[in-house]
Amino acid sequence: MLQIELLSLVIWFPIVGGILVLATGGEQNAPVARKLALGFSVATFVLSLSLYTGFDNTTAAMQFVERKAWIDLLHIEYYLGVDGISMPLILLTTFLTVVVVIAGWEVIQQRTAQYMAAFLIMEGLMIGVFCALDAILFYLFWEAMLVPMYLIIGIWGGTNRVYAAIKFFLYTLLGSLLMLVGFIYLYFAAGSTFSILEFHQVALGRNTQILLFLAFLSAFAVKVPMIPVHTWLPDAHVEAPTGGSVILAAIMLKMGAYGFLRISLPVVPDASHELAGLMIALSLVAVVYIAFVTLVQRDMKKLIAYSSISHMGFVTLGFFIFNVHGMEGAITQMVSHGFISGALFLCVGVLYDRLHSREIGDYGGVANRMPKFALFMVLFALANAGLPGTSGFVGEFLVILGSFQANGWYALAAGTTLVLGAAYTLWMVKRVVFGAVEKKEVADLRDIELRETFFLSLLALCVLVIGVWPFPLLEVMHVSVENLLQHTAVSKL
Amino acid sequence: METVYLLIPLVCLAAAVLVGLAGQWLGRRAAHSITIGAVAMAFVLSVVVAVEVAGGQRFDGSVYIWAVSDGIQFEIGFLIDQLSAVMMVVVTFVSLMVHVYTIGYMHDDPGYTRFFSYISLFTFAMLMLVMSNNFLQLFFGWEAVGLLSYLLIGFWFERESANFASLKAFLVNRVGDLGFLLGIAAILYVFGSLDYAAVFASAPQHATETMTGILGSQWRWLTIICLLLFVGAMGKSAQVPLHVWLPDSMEGPTPISALIHAATMVTAGIFMVARMSPLFELSQTALSVVLIIGAVTTISMALIALVQNDIKRVVAYSTLSQLGYMTVALGASAYSIAIFHLATHAFFKALLFLAAGSVIIALHHEQDMRRMGALWKRMPVTYLTALIGTLALVGIPPFAGFFSKDAIIEAVALSHTPGAKFAYVVVVAGVFVTALYSFRLIFMVFHGPSRLSEDNRKHARESPWVVTVPLILLAIPSVLAGLVLVGPTLSGHLFGESVMPIDGHGINGYGATDMLVHAWVSLPLWLAIAGIAVAWILYLRSPHAASRIANRFRLLHEILIRKYGVDELYERVFADGGQALGRTLWKFGDRLIIDDTLVNGTAKLVGRLSGVVRSLQTGYVYHYAFAMIIGLVALMSWFLWT
Repeated sequence: MLQIELLSLVIWFPIVGGILVLATGGEQNAPVARKLALGFSVATFVLSLSLYTGFDNTTAAMQFVERKAWIDLLHIEYYLGVDGISMPLILLTTFLTVVVVIAGWEVIQQRTAQYMAAFLIMEGLMIGVFCALDAILFYLFWEAMLVPMYLIIGIWGGTNRVYAAIKFFLYTLLGSLLMLVGFIYLYFAAGSTFSILEFHQVALGRNTQILLFLAFLSAFAVKVPMIPVHTWLPDAHVEAPTGGSVILAAIMLKMGAYGFLRISLPVVPDASHELAGLMIALSLVAVVYIAFVTLVQRDMKKLIAYSSISHMGFVTLGFFIFNVHGMEGAITQMVSHGFISGALFLCVGVLYDRLHSREIGDYGGVANRMPKFALFMVLFALANAGLPGTSGFVGEFLVILGSFQANGWYALAAGTTLVLGAAYTLWMVKRVVFGAVEKKEVADLRDIELRETFFLSLLALCVLVIGVWPFPLLEVMHVSVENLLQHTAVSKL
Repeated sequence: METVYLLIPLVCLAAAVLVGLAGQWLGRRAAHSITIGAVAMAFVLSVVVAVEVAGGQRFDGSVYIWAVSDGIQFEIGFLIDQLSAVMMVVVTFVSLMVHVYTIGYMHDDPGYTRFFSYISLFTFAMLMLVMSNNFLQLFFGWEAVGLLSYLLIGFWFERESANFASLKAFLVNRVGDLGFLLGIAAILYVFGSLDYAAVFASAPQHATETMTGILGSQWRWLTIICLLLFVGAMGKSAQVPLHVWLPDSMEGPTPISALIHAATMVTAGIFMVARMSPLFELSQTALSVVLIIGAVTTISMALIALVQNDIKRVVAYSTLSQLGYMTVALGASAYSIAIFHLATHAFFKALLFLAAGSVIIALHHEQDMRRMGALWKRMPVTYLTALIGTLALVGIPPFAGFFSKDAIIEAVALSHTPGAKFAYVVVVAGVFVTALYSFRLIFMVFHGPSRLSEDNRKHARESPWVVTVPLILLAIPSVLAGLVLVGPTLSGHLFGESVMPIDGHGINGYGATDMLVHAWVSLPLWLAIAGIAVAWILYLRSPHAASRIANRFRLLHEILIRKYGVDELYERVFADGGQALGRTLWKFGDRLIIDDTLVNGTAKLVGRLSGVVRSLQTGYVYHYAFAMIIGLVALMSWFLWT
């Protein structure tokens, strides 16, 4: 009997599903395509749950490992495995894909099958990035995942979609080419292997490490995105359809952060320590500078996009202060930001579907007409502002605790988000949700229907559960994080 | 007993969630019955707990582990001792009164059920705050009450002014919270724990540890920690210069002004400092800062109250000033007296707010005192209870406020904290100003000629029983709480070990009788009487005197009307300045430098170069992807061959 292992299943099942959905073809089969897509995404999510239930959180070793020779000539392997850092991100991916499929249910009326298929295929590829332990496999997934996203923005996007799609594609592509060069160098340094775990053990000189760090940085910083290579994100978000924005913000941004954890820090620990000051500075600039930029945005999607950059600053800050609170906080922030930014983009999507505008100024007093929607929007906005009891608090809190251990001033700078984050998020809420109804279009708004209530409730539940009880989430990552920190503390020189 | 502790906040939470989510189906009657039932239960259980605590019981334990990181357990847990028991009784009692009152006050409001859900949720959050046994949960409660305050100030969300006020309140509070959070981070860094018990126990050992600040200055960690925590208290308890949000919070419905912005939430800062008394006691510098900030707040806010014409704003500035009194008591190390004043103030200030609300509904949402007058005959219950509240506030024996305020003044007189002399002058002078603005309110609203509008002249009458009964029930402790509690407070029995005792102040042994006798030969009482007399002259006997004085001292009057210009300054610098900065960074940083110059500039350059190789460009993504893979293979082969 053919034995398919779990990780392969979670990667390839949605891809196969995507191809099947694609095969349903024309618009007349759209209902079938939708149901099929939902079936595959739910099944993938259920499958991925066994990663959690079968996970052993007492070991830092890779789990569910699959390792087969692939391209023998170049010693490229089909090498998969997860640890406590990647596992939560995979669950996040499978969960959000379900949400995105439901969110696109009635909204997408053209090329439905292709739309759904693109998301399913992208899901598999993204999970591939989180599982890959072979550098070339990692690189292939990393690049391949851009293609569906490029198509999603380019086909279902807004008016300026082509500019945004190309900007997105080139920005991210250019960065990753240098990463590939880095991998090839490491291949020789590690003695003809592309195994990332082998890369972790290779001794490297200082200058080599610095160069490699910068090569990886060019790939990861663009994805996170870090200042000053962040300007593709607001454009991409504004033009992307709602589902695209959700996946982009919730998962794709995490790829860059994940790259730091899986590759930069363990492969070039000395360079990481040496350049930590620069990274911390960039992170704090992102937190503060971008917060001010966020404040003055008039387009809701742009506002949330900029707010994402600011929040991702917390993630990179957490990594480069090299302590447990910082790193666990950063990973929690990655997961939490997935839910919150996804939810906020969905909220904007709900409004956009009704009024076809993302301008804050076109709204006002929405709560009068859409009380149920207002409840969700305010909840997610508060989560975005890091209110305790929501997931947004957990990561920021731990990162601030961690950065205080490194330097009190870091904590102060990062902590300004308490004020600035609340300012830009709640000011938006004030102008969109609250106030009197002054515009005719707003007066005609209808409240969210069952389908919308359902997916927003799912996300609200996640945000609240993680906020009230983050214990299980943190529990799975302890050993992996401690192992990573110990590894990076040992010099490779 | 643990179940009871858990039950007290959880019934409020359950009621809030139920009414919040199912309010429309439940209807109004069910909504208020459920929440009132829950809060009544919480109150009864709190009294039971308080009795047990008075009998010597104490509980310190965790409920569940919130998270673990780096071996540190972050827990949700309860500490039930004298301090938390007193707070629980005060919070649930005032909350219950406000719940009942709301039936009358919000009777015609379309957001009726939502309002009940919010105030129950608030009660839950406030209980979690006072019952906490660790800094994490304290912060949880701290932020949660802030959230509810935000939602309730902006309760009438169609009003622009309410939305503005709620956002302002949240953001100013967040500035304080930033300090508070950094204080918590510092505690974890220095003590390695966030549990009160562990931190307090090891505080003396860490008393001498220092850190190097800017320019090589040496700072004691404990001073830093206490100052950071106090920044949080300044936000929540509206101390200068973070006081600006509280007067604007009056945009919210009056019941919440009573509950949140007078009796409970704004006193969270006072409670917190009292809770942290083992830390503050170790830092003279921090105490001195506390004392001076409190003193400045006391007098500066009392003076503003003199020129306000909105009935709620007079009471709001009075609250600010009274919070200043409590802060002064904290600075003088008289923590138990601060909490004592917190409790008496909770009763009489909630009473005053609710009485003001009673007037406001009787006059169809008229809040300007210049259009009131002679209401005592029309609203006898409201008048009498308001008078009791005012006498308590002014500090006339034997009303509650007299004992707590006098105890504060005595404690400051005997304090050795640097700045105590200044604070003493301020708190004594404050008595006169308090009497003046309080009786200005009483005389303008209830006495003198009627200045009611035509419509109100016909319809104004006493409020229904759901409004007056809470007034009467709050009037009782406004009269008696001082008399009953002053002895146990000063002897140290009431608070036991839960806050640092009031050692060395020489007022330990005082009882109610001593104070009643002593009052007649001391300055404050006569100042209070003088204040009442001046108010009588200015606002009843010769009604034009007040405006003549305002004209004579026009500059001073203008300064007070403009609230020292602090609000305007903040709006210019922080609100406008922040936006201007944001626009500049966005336009020049993101757009001009990065996008136009670097990104698109590169694109243009590439575009020109690529004219040469245009024939290779097909525009299909798969061609590019294909080329990429070929390139990859070629590159690898090259590496392999060399």
